[in-house]
Amino acid sequence: MNSTSPLDVGDHQHATFPDGLDLECGVHLPALDVAYRTYGQLSARRDNAIVICHAFTGDQYVAETHPQTGKPGWWARMVGPGRPIDTNRFFIICTNVLGGCMGSTGPRSLKPGSTERWGTDFPPITIRDMVRAQYKLVRSLGIERLFAVVGGSMGGMQALEWAVTYPDMMLAVMPIATAPYHSAQNIAFNEVGRQAIFADPDWYGGRYWEHNVVPARGLAVARMMAHITYLSEEALTRKFGRRVRRDPKDAQAPEASLAMFGDVFEVESYLRYQGSAFVRRFDANSYLTITRAMDWFDLAAEHDGELPAAFAGTPVRFCVVSFSSDWLFPTSTSRYLVRALNQAAANVSFVEIETDKGHDSFLLDEPDLDRTVRGFLCGVADHAGLA
Amino acid sequence: MRLDQRLIAEMIEPGTRVLDVGSGDGALIDHLFRLRGCDARGIEIDMREVTRSVAHGLPVVHGDADHDLAHYPNDAFDYVVLQRTLQAVERPREVLRQMLRIGRHAIVSFPNFGHWQLRLKLLLSGRMPMTAVWHTQWYETPNIHPCTIRDFIALCEEEGYCVQQWMAVDEEGERAPWRRSIRLANLFGEQALFLLRREGDCPPAA
Repeated sequence: MNSTSPLDVGDHQHATFPDGLDLECGVHLPALDVAYRTYGQLSARRDNAIVICHAFTGDQYVAETHPQTGKPGWWARMVGPGRPIDTNRFFIICTNVLGGCMGSTGPRSLKPGSTERWGTDFPPITIRDMVRAQYKLVRSLGIERLFAVVGGSMGGMQALEWAVTYPDMMLAVMPIATAPYHSAQNIAFNEVGRQAIFADPDWYGGRYWEHNVVPARGLAVARMMAHITYLSEEALTRKFGRRVRRDPKDAQAPEASLAMFGDVFEVESYLRYQGSAFVRRFDANSYLTITRAMDWFDLAAEHDGELPAAFAGTPVRFCVVSFSSDWLFPTSTSRYLVRALNQAAANVSFVEIETDKGHDSFLLDEPDLDRTVRGFLCGVADHAGLA
Repeated sequence: MRLDQRLIAEMIEPGTRVLDVGSGDGALIDHLFRLRGCDARGIEIDMREVTRSVAHGLPVVHGDADHDLAHYPNDAFDYVVLQRTLQAVERPREVLRQMLRIGRHAIVSFPNFGHWQLRLKLLLSGRMPMTAVWHTQWYETPNIHPCTIRDFIALCEEEGYCVQQWMAVDEEGERAPWRRSIRLANLFGEQALFLLRREGDCPPAA
């Protein structure tokens, strides 16, 4: 099931928009594919649709087995029949982001009318471009107004961008473990990841497919570093501590624990596994394109740095969620967002969930998150008089 | 819902915008939304209560009276409510100012430190009084700014707030009968409940 080469686009359910998309950078993308999955049934009144926005390295396979990795959907614990985002009640749409590598138009796609891939020629995109691609898909499904937009991390940026770009398009927005701008620290981490990819001899200036290789080492290092930022010190200590690896396969190496290099500590072995699994499913050029899109994200930029102005007069109900041990998108930034929303007199709920699991908490077993998501959506439905 | 919360709810016009500062389990905002059609929101300092409220679909943010009111715009609400909390905030006068900046009305309840039992205990024992309402040792109490009903009225005068309605309430939240005399209310009322307006918004004195 992992036989798909990392160079293959694969076959994913998608909609094609021949009119393309005008990007914020000024470039017109001549043709646009938006790969997506849906779950549940659209109601007769078409008022129960929720867009879920995936995080940086996620994809549209929210609540089903991933066709390439064979793993369960990345938010299967949150989305499904009877789950907090209940597919018996809501119609769920998740797209692969513009610039991604699971079927939506991105650097791995062929240039229109050509047998060439975009590669590093793919135009720079923004979070708003991603949202505008999603908007096209939503409208093409015959949906005039969404019930809600929900997303974590980069998905939360998209959710916020939805609220700012199409404020009359949805009743509620739920940004989780995210921020209204990418911080200097966020950008710094992204840059280290990009430099790791550039430094890989298999990078070949971004045209690696011509050599039938991928910059696997660079991409794996980028992923390993990023993965550390998704966890907390407590979570790493709890999971691995200073434990030294005791793999039976390594038993013949008598003094494994004294080796200079290699998988000495369990945490190293874990990160290497994360890195190697990642390069089988993710494209290096997508990594660059999407990290840049995140770096450019700043909702206040259009308003001379005044974030409340971005939300002025918004009719949307917000529920902002942060996690106490998330140091990548810390609670202080969520609080800054909440205060800006208050300043705009928006209807906002804000919960910080106590956990030691770090940024990745939004993907993990956090009963308080489940209760918050379920309760907020029910409350919005209640207010809107939805059955 | 506590009885004094019912008294507060009765002070609030239906269909108005309300901010409940220290919304606790959200009982008041839930009541105001369901029974009075208000756009009622909450601020709560205890994260467990916040999570519980949001999980019940109520719009509540984590925050507190001292630090978070400053971030709301002028006149964002018709009523800003502060229940049994004024004595525990860092800067009560500033909190009241913020309440009457962001809201046209402020509804404030607080335990009355002028109650006769407190006066008598302090007089007879010479120790900090302990009662059913004031039940925490001085070194542990969160109630760092206790005041009496007369103290509060003096502050309202000083700040130019118009007392639109006031009442003494007993510990169970039942309305107490001391309506005619502030001095009697100050002696016998366990809790006080005030509805304030900005001076400029006051009707001309009768």
